[in-house]
Amino acid sequence: MGTTVLQSGSDVLTDVEGSEQGDLRTEEMLVNMGPQHPATHGVLRVVLRTDGEMVLESVPHIGYLHRCAEKIGENLQPFQYIPYTDRMDYLAGMNNNQAFSIAIEKLVGIEVPLRAQFIRVIFAELNRIASHLVAFGTYGLDMGAFTPFLYAFREREMILDLFESTCGARLTYSYITIGGVHDDLPDRFLEVLDEFLDYFEPKIDEYNQLLSFNHIFVKRTANVGVISADDAVRWALTGPVLRASGVNWDLRKSTPYEIYDRFDFDIPIGLPGGREGVPRSVVVGDSWNRHIVKVWEMRQSCRIIRQAMAQITDGPHIAAKVKNVKLPDDEVYVEIENPRGQLGFYVRGDGSSIPARVKVRGPSFCNISVLNHVGKGCLLADIPAIVGSIDIVMGECDR
Amino acid sequence: MAPEEICIILTGEFGDGVVDTVLDACRPYAVVRVDGWSDIARFLRDDGRMRFNMLQCVTALDLLEDNKLAAVYDLFSVPVVGVGPCATLRQHFAIRVEVDRDAPHIPSVSGIWPAAEWHEREAYDMMGIVFDDHPNLTRILCPDDWEGYPLRKDYEFPLEYHGIPATTEHQLNSPRH
Repeated sequence: MGTTVLQSGSDVLTDVEGSEQGDLRTEEMLVNMGPQHPATHGVLRVVLRTDGEMVLESVPHIGYLHRCAEKIGENLQPFQYIPYTDRMDYLAGMNNNQAFSIAIEKLVGIEVPLRAQFIRVIFAELNRIASHLVAFGTYGLDMGAFTPFLYAFREREMILDLFESTCGARLTYSYITIGGVHDDLPDRFLEVLDEFLDYFEPKIDEYNQLLSFNHIFVKRTANVGVISADDAVRWALTGPVLRASGVNWDLRKSTPYEIYDRFDFDIPIGLPGGREGVPRSVVVGDSWNRHIVKVWEMRQSCRIIRQAMAQITDGPHIAAKVKNVKLPDDEVYVEIENPRGQLGFYVRGDGSSIPARVKVRGPSFCNISVLNHVGKGCLLADIPAIVGSIDIVMGECDR
Repeated sequence: MAPEEICIILTGEFGDGVVDTVLDACRPYAVVRVDGWSDIARFLRDDGRMRFNMLQCVTALDLLEDNKLAAVYDLFSVPVVGVGPCATLRQHFAIRVEVDRDAPHIPSVSGIWPAAEWHEREAYDMMGIVFDDHPNLTRILCPDDWEGYPLRKDYEFPLEYHGIPATTEHQLNSPRH
């Protein structure tokens, strides 16, 4: 049987020579999926080597959205770089701002006021909900269900309204900044937020009824693309993908940053079928679990926000003197729990106010690298189910 | 386990293989010799006291003033039920491998941590570090026919790429890009 060595950039869409044995021969075919494909969640290209409906190899090709954000980071002062972090994982701008800010604060030694930390937690969790809503809605789209997408965007709109009332932006916020947050909360913000949470929490059950426990959806996702716990760690998968494989690991709990140690919340992990209402065909680490973990996390985020609202204190919202800081001749590596996994920033200073090196560890970059390993032997129609459940954002994968 | 203890274990086990330990840094790390890096990596992963089972990140550095390139490996031990006695370990440590700028070869650790495969490709693509025995060391973010390594400090920006203007005159004249 003919084989083809896949190399990015080469002309991979050529015919593969078939085998020479009699009538019942099968033929391998290379299928190019993306970079413009609705189920690849952005400009991801996957080259699939198929034998009939069976996928033998699925090689992701990335870089279509590469802007070399790391080089830009070597030319700007840290507070000027904050808007660039928004444009990495553009569905979770707040969390990206937060990760970079924490890295610089740790490197320089800036103390963040307590009120600012509470505001950060509230906005990081709100953005987590908004991001998971997109993941939930678009995953429904991938699986052929259009309605959940509209439900998800209805609620996401309300979160974006809250963001807009605070910082004026709806997608690229640059709100969380070095030393705190850019502005204090607007009047009545906490009341409006409270109303939103009261409205939103019951909706989570509605989402589950609508999509998660839908028979067709379960058929499409259960026992598809199973990643074992050991594999998940070896491939450095993080976030909901790691937790769906049954690993109880969340940086907010295991190595708390900011003030996450003040809050009481649970970490949802993937469950085997038959327990706690989970459909029987589900196994730990499959696409269904990767989906449901995100839905369950939304509820935990609501819990965190409610506690933060109850505990928030008065005080300044940003530390004094945070611009034009000199970065010491030292290096720092900080990871925080983004909606998609652990977002890491490596920053190295050289005594000037401009970093000598900024490196971003994107969770999508690491998570999608496992695709070929997981996709071996699955059906062609399962590839969108796996890619969608891993929930990537190419802006941060390619940076 | 504190970073000091990890450094003591590493120095005791590998002696000269550990060139330097930087413990007063914001994030402590050890500098190891490039020829012993594979063994050290396997030891860090398998030794029961550390069990660094997750390679979080590989950062390539350009140390132009020393005429060197470096790769920094950030490791973490994530507790996984049923995979060895690491339930109590939640530690973070970093290893730095420095190589000569003229012959930047580092053994690949993708056989030890599969996560390294893409990170090493990125380091190769952006900084030009060659990872020996890597299964597929090709560019990952830039196109295959891209010239040069963009994150090197002495990188010269291309004027055009396949007829697409890439650099403006203003950028060429500014002291830093």
